[in-house]
Amino acid sequence: MAENHSLQDLRQQAAISAKVFIQRDYTNGTVCQFQTKFPSELENRIDKQQFEETVRTLNSLYAEAEKLGGSSYLEGCLACLTAYTIFLCMETHYEKVLKKIARFIREQNDKIYAPRGLLLTDPIERGLRVVEITIFEDRSLGR
Amino acid sequence: MSAVMITRKVRKWEKLPGKNTFCCDGRVMMARQKGVFYLTLFLIVGTCSLFFAFECPYLSIHLSPAIPVFAIVLFLFVLAMLLRTSFSDPGVLPRALPEEATFIEMEIEAANGNVPAGQRPPPRIRNVQINGQIVKLKYCYTCKIFRPPRASHCSICDNCVDRFDHHCPWVGNCVGKRNYRYFYLFTLSLSLLTIYIFTFDIVHVVMRSVDSGFVKTLQDTPGTYPFKVLVCFFTLWSVVGLTGFHTYLISLNQTTNEDIKGSWSGKNRVQNPYSHKNMLKNCCEVLCGPAYPSVLDRRGLMQDNLPIPASAGLPAIQGNPVPQTTKTTAPLLPNEHTPDDTKPSISDSAIAHAEKRSPSPKEEKQSTLHKVLPIPISPPTPTKVPPLASPETDADASVIIPREKTL
Repeated sequence: MAENHSLQDLRQQAAISAKVFIQRDYTNGTVCQFQTKFPSELENRIDKQQFEETVRTLNSLYAEAEKLGGSSYLEGCLACLTAYTIFLCMETHYEKVLKKIARFIREQNDKIYAPRGLLLTDPIERGLRVVEITIFEDRSLGR
Repeated sequence: MSAVMITRKVRKWEKLPGKNTFCCDGRVMMARQKGVFYLTLFLIVGTCSLFFAFECPYLSIHLSPAIPVFAIVLFLFVLAMLLRTSFSDPGVLPRALPEEATFIEMEIEAANGNVPAGQRPPPRIRNVQINGQIVKLKYCYTCKIFRPPRASHCSICDNCVDRFDHHCPWVGNCVGKRNYRYFYLFTLSLSLLTIYIFTFDIVHVVMRSVDSGFVKTLQDTPGTYPFKVLVCFFTLWSVVGLTGFHTYLISLNQTTNEDIKGSWSGKNRVQNPYSHKNMLKNCCEVLCGPAYPSVLDRRGLMQDNLPIPASAGLPAIQGNPVPQTTKTTAPLLPNEHTPDDTKPSISDSAIAHAEKRSPSPKEEKQSTLHKVLPIPISPPTPTKVPPLASPETDADASVIIPREKTL
């Protein structure tokens, strides 16, 4: 709760210095993957390894959501048999993983990014096109 | 001049750009022209009602009661698939917010370098390697994004749609990633329903003729036969043909759009990079793959700030508040619609094409409510920074956006 409060304060008080957009990586097709290349603007803000770890975990979560396998086929066939009315009461596998992703991004923001004056935006709010990282002004060093 | 800000909460669908109509407070999303969709509904419901009313009583007594039961199940399935296709989000990609649009513009300018005055800048294309194949991503001037692979801009709905197949007037919506399987199941089940009704029409006529003669049979059941036979006959050829065509596309993991443009026709050794090279796997991915969520968040709430200046004079502008997306900004470059932006639906009749561009009066009124306000919003004009990135393909991920104060 307290951490959320500090994030709010950060957003309201700090001025935005820049925004960085991590683009999609299409080398493996249309599955949702983001590029792990470390943007130069974050060099003095966060570790390269830390950033790459975040993006890799995000990528693995999206891969889990879009995985083609026994369970996704089963879900598809079952839904088809019920004329997809089952989705009115049941959450799809993808939606469950999206909630996981939202939780993961919140945790990353609270633990790693907010203390460094950065903010990750959930890609779903940008149409799964980019990971938007807001860089706030580095005002206080002793936060 | 002091201004009073009135903040109210609106649902995000009210602020979405594009030419869609929304119903049930954002739960239903369709194209503007719905006339042909109503025709589809009328034909299906009308034909089946006649079948249930006139033939089923006779057939259930003389043959089996399972016949109308199966017909009802099939009919309900067809309706469910039709409504699901028509009412769902086909996979619309939201337009870029101003910062993202500016960021992309700067990347493009950095990549282009200095264009001599008077000369046309090069086309905005990004080359991406997908499964060993070079694919060109085109820039969309309306949505201000580089379209993901397989996405295309539908000029009827004025949206970029992911895995765009075609815009279908018969269902009153685009067919894209999210509703393609419902569309396919709709055509498949409609084919089965049409064949079923056609077959039992013939069985019914034959059985009755055996009992009481052909002419008397036609006299006993007036009016229904010409209508039903005609509808079934034409539906049979068109819908069954369409189902066959889409079955072919699915087995190759291609979209109608790609088929029309001949993207993977094999010339220049270009192959479909999305295909698994296995028909069964392709079918499984398209029909039984994961159910993609909508990225539009139509029913989410957002703040809507209405500035009301203290010195009256402004007309009431309820319902037309300042939009947040790139809808109000003038395009930074001339709005070029490439010829392949308009996607006619394959094997749909010419009637549908003629109806494409004329909105009904009710929809016209609705469209003016969503029109852009005369309140100009200029994008934050960035000061020129020297290009940071060397022109390279997709690999570079970031450019600094100069300082701006936002809420």
